[in-house]
Parts: sequence; structure tokens; C-alpha cells
Amino acid sequence: MSASEAQVPSMPMNDAMTRHAEPAAAMRASPPRWQDPLFEHTTRFFAVLVLALLACIILALSWAAAPALQKFGLAFFVTDVWNPVTLQFGALAPIYGTLVTSAIALVIGVPVSFGIALFLTEMCPAVLKRPLGTAVELLAAIPSVIYGMWGLFVFAPFFADHVQPLLTDTLGRVWLVGALFQGAPTGIGMLAAGVILSVMVIPFIASVMRDVFEVVPPVLKESAYGLGCTTWEVVRNIVLPYTRVGVIGGVMLGLGRALGETMAVTFVIGNAYRIRASLYEPGNSIASALANEFNEASDPVHRASLIALGLVLFVLTLVVLAASRWLIARLARGEGTKT
Amino acid sequence: MSGGGSAIYRRRLWVNRINLAMSLATMAIGMLFLLWILAVLFRNGISAISPKLFAQMTPPPGSAGGLLNAIYGSVLIVATATLISTPIGILAGIYLAEYGRNSVLAETTRFINDILLSAPSIILGLFVYTVYVLYVGHFSGWAGSMALALIAIPVVVRTTENMLRLVPSSLREAAVALGAPMWKVILMVTLKAVRGGVITGVLLAVARISGETAPLLFTALNNQFWSTDMNGPMANLPVVIFQFAMSPFEDWKALAWAAALLITLSVLILNILARTVFRQSSVR
Repeated sequence: MSASEAQVPSMPMNDAMTRHAEPAAAMRASPPRWQDPLFEHTTRFFAVLVLALLACIILALSWAAAPALQKFGLAFFVTDVWNPVTLQFGALAPIYGTLVTSAIALVIGVPVSFGIALFLTEMCPAVLKRPLGTAVELLAAIPSVIYGMWGLFVFAPFFADHVQPLLTDTLGRVWLVGALFQGAPTGIGMLAAGVILSVMVIPFIASVMRDVFEVVPPVLKESAYGLGCTTWEVVRNIVLPYTRVGVIGGVMLGLGRALGETMAVTFVIGNAYRIRASLYEPGNSIASALANEFNEASDPVHRASLIALGLVLFVLTLVVLAASRWLIARLARGEGTKT
Repeated sequence: MSGGGSAIYRRRLWVNRINLAMSLATMAIGMLFLLWILAVLFRNGISAISPKLFAQMTPPPGSAGGLLNAIYGSVLIVATATLISTPIGILAGIYLAEYGRNSVLAETTRFINDILLSAPSIILGLFVYTVYVLYVGHFSGWAGSMALALIAIPVVVRTTENMLRLVPSSLREAAVALGAPMWKVILMVTLKAVRGGVITGVLLAVARISGETAPLLFTALNNQFWSTDMNGPMANLPVVIFQFAMSPFEDWKALAWAAALLITLSVLILNILARTVFRQSSVR
């Protein structure tokens, strides 16, 4: 930047010089000047392209979803009828399914991620730090469709035989919460989808938590240890308060991931448009509805309704991810002033 | 540690031990799931892997066959997506790190890019469907590559920018002082200094998109037959896994496991390769 700016004002002078100088010197003194601006504008063009992509996605989806939104109006978001035969579409059931499965994923995933991040930053022997950290990240590298296959053929039967009966016998008897764990233990349903989602979001949350735990200035931790704190007390009273904003950012990132996760959920959620209290019941998330139905939707209103679902999902994840980035960035900014 | 104090000390000690034990347990749970999934994949996938897999096409329902067309399609779609996304991602990354820096445009782009990095992949498939598939009127390999490229670009942008930011200003200044124009400085000095890191980014992006299924459902779809036509529906491994695994036929399910093993192995190998061979956390 500084170089190109510095060269621009000198151009007329250079031109004047070259007119009087001998040809060989002229070639050396005035290197081609169009390349620098060209290169800068090219890179800027692609940066703007990335920037514009988000707006394009929203515009294109809104445009394609318009027929459905015009037909159903605001009722689209608050009715739970989804009937391709009578062409009645309401987004409530898939929205409910998306939120419930993501909530389950966070309830299980956040404590586990915290434990993993704590282990990796405070307890892990230095030799194992990299291999174990990579192993956790590999959990994120496994494609979603593989989680789905594993979930359908291996996890769901296991879940139905061993976990669900246990949950019904214990949590199922608790007042109020019990209603969530009633019904036939089929292994397919919202709860199974939520549990698999939790495994999928753990690496994302854990790696953000690990990264923010590592920005805590060692002197703070050492002071606490010097006062006689145990490792847990240091984490609880020093590391967590210092990194709170970043930790919340990590959780939001996990939530953003969970909301949009498609294939794994599609395999195990059961594909049913209903809202039931029990988590054992099959349901549908926005993403699984799209994956299951989109290619079979022949009616324009059906297709537009599905795209409208996609738009809802995109806006939802945008808000969550924007909040997440903002929080993580705020921690990173604070870092400089506090240390 | 005497009298009333010792109870508190013991309590603190035990709280510490219990919580650290739970932390260890969560790590074990994470590893358990990784090993469980890998074990299942190997047990079901190995038996289905045979030379036939690489010699025959995907079969009609209820008969044996291979995955040749799907493997070819996947490689072609992912390679095209990589070819589209790498230059775009690197150039945008260069802008953010070298030209834009802290300008409003760069900050906004960075923010949006970070959001796109985690945006649901199915939405990008839907986007390509609305702007391209609807427009040309049929599913195609090109559309699949476009959707995958849109997923890969943010990954490449992020890593390129992060790596370029590691280059010390003195290196740039030295090159500029020698009279090199800015574009030469960037392409031949700074970018070259962080080549390993940028390659890592590209490899991670390839690993990420080669397992993506959801965006391909609306774009490349699937094709039971051998096809080299990027302009028509194209077979690819992830969608084959989805369709075959959900089917009632044992032959198809076995093929789905084999495909799942192939995909996972290549993704994991790419990941480990990127993290070890091309690993770079500082400027060479």
C-alpha cells in the first residue's frame, strides 16, 4: 500500500525525465505502472465478491421464497401444518425441531467441551497436547453423512436398547422433566439427533474454548497458584471469568453449527412434521426437511415453502454466528488492554 | 492444616480431584466417540472393499456393483471446486492482509467471511440451486462444483490472511526497498514465505468439501451411469452414501459402507497431512 501510494505522485516527474533520457535508462526508470493498481483492484474485487455473497444469498433466497411467503403471510411461521397434498405449509414444526435438537446438543456438548478444553490446557502432558488436540479436531473433520450412517445403523439401536430405557426409568419419573422422556424407545427421534449433534459440535466449541483459555496471562494464573489455589479454583475463579466472553462466543459458534447441520440429523430424526412433548418422538429440523423433500417437491408453492424454510435457517444462523464472532473478537480486543 | 481448617482443605482438594477427573472423563468420551465411529467404519467398510469397487458402476437396486462413476464424479467435482475457490480465496485473502488491513471494507469482509465459514452448507446448495440450477433448468456437475467452491472460499480466505499476517513488515520493506513493485512483493516474497500455510488451508478446504453431501443434493444430484459431462447430473460419493444407506437393499448398504470408508479415510488423511507435512506456524 505504502509503496504504491508513494509512486503515484512521482509519476509525472518520471514521465518528464524519461522523455529526455536515453532509451535504455528510460526502460529502467519507468517500470510498467499499470500492474500494481491492476493487482490491487483484482484482489479488492474478490474481497468484495466474498462480501457480496452474503447479500446475494439472502436476496436470492428471499426472491425464491416469495411465492410461499406471499401466499401464507406471517402465518407461515406460526402454523405447524405441513401438507404437500393440500399445499398447506407452516414452518413451526421444523423450526421447533431445529431449536430443540440444537438445545439438546448444547446441553450435552457445552459441559463436555469445557471438560476437554480444561484437560487440554491445564492437565494434559505437553507431549500429548498436539496429538490429542488434533484427535478432537478430527472429530470435526468426519463428514456429516458418516455421522448419519453411524447414527442410524449403530448408535440408534444402541441408544434404544441401553440408554432410552434407562432415561425413562430415571429422568422419566421426575416431575415436569419426565414428560420429555416418555414413549417407545425406538432410537430414532429428536433426542438421538440431539445427542449425535452434540458429538459433532464438541470439537468446534472445545477448540474455541481451548484457544481462549490460552490467552489468559500466565501471571494471573501463577498468582492464584501462588496463593494456594487448586487447579479447579484457578479455572473457576481466574480462567473462566477472564475468558467468559470468548467462551460464550464458542458456545454460540457451536449453536450456529448445530442449527444448520443437515445429513446427520436427516438420518436419525425420523422425518415427521409434528410437535410433541416427548423427545423420543420423531420430528424434523429445517435442514432435514430440505434434504428429505426438496428433490421430490414438484409444486412451485411446495418448493418455495422449502426455500422459505432455508431462508429462516440462514437468518437464524447469521444472527447466532454474528453474535459469536462479535463476542470472540471482543475478547481478542480486550486482551491487549488487560495484559 | 489443623482444627476447623482441615475440613475446608480436604473439601477443596476433593472438589479439585472430582472436577479434574470429570475433565479427564470428557476427554475420554470424545476419544471414545472418534474410535467408535472409526471402528464401525472399518468393520463394515473393509469387507465391502474389493477391486470391483473401482471397476464397476453403481448398480441398479438389488444387485452388486462398484462405485467407479461416483468416485470419478466426486474427484471431478471436488477438483473443479478447488480450482475455482483457490485463486479467489487467495486473492481475497491477499486483499485483507496486504491492502485492506484495518479499513472498513476489510473489517466488514473479514466479519462476513467468518460468518460464511460456519454457515450451513445446505444453504449454499440452495443458493446455487436458485441462481444457477433453476436458471439453466437441470442439475449439473458444474452446479455442484460451484456450491462446494462457495464453501471452500471462506476457508482459503481465512488461512491465507492469517498466514500473510505472520510475515514481518521488514521482509516487505526489504523487497520494496530493492525496487520491486507491490504485486511482485506480495506474490514472490510474502506469499512465498507462507506457502506451506496457504497449502494447508487449501488442503483443509478440500477435506471439508469432499465430504459435503447436503449442497450436492440440490446441485449435482446423482447419476447411476458413467458420465463425464459436467453439464449433467453427476454421480458422487456423498450422495451415493445417502441414497444407498437409506435404501432397503443389502447390496446397496454394503456399497454405502465402502463409500463411507473411502471418504472418511481420504478426509482424515488430508487433514493429518495438512496438519503435519505442511504445518506452518511461523515464517520460514
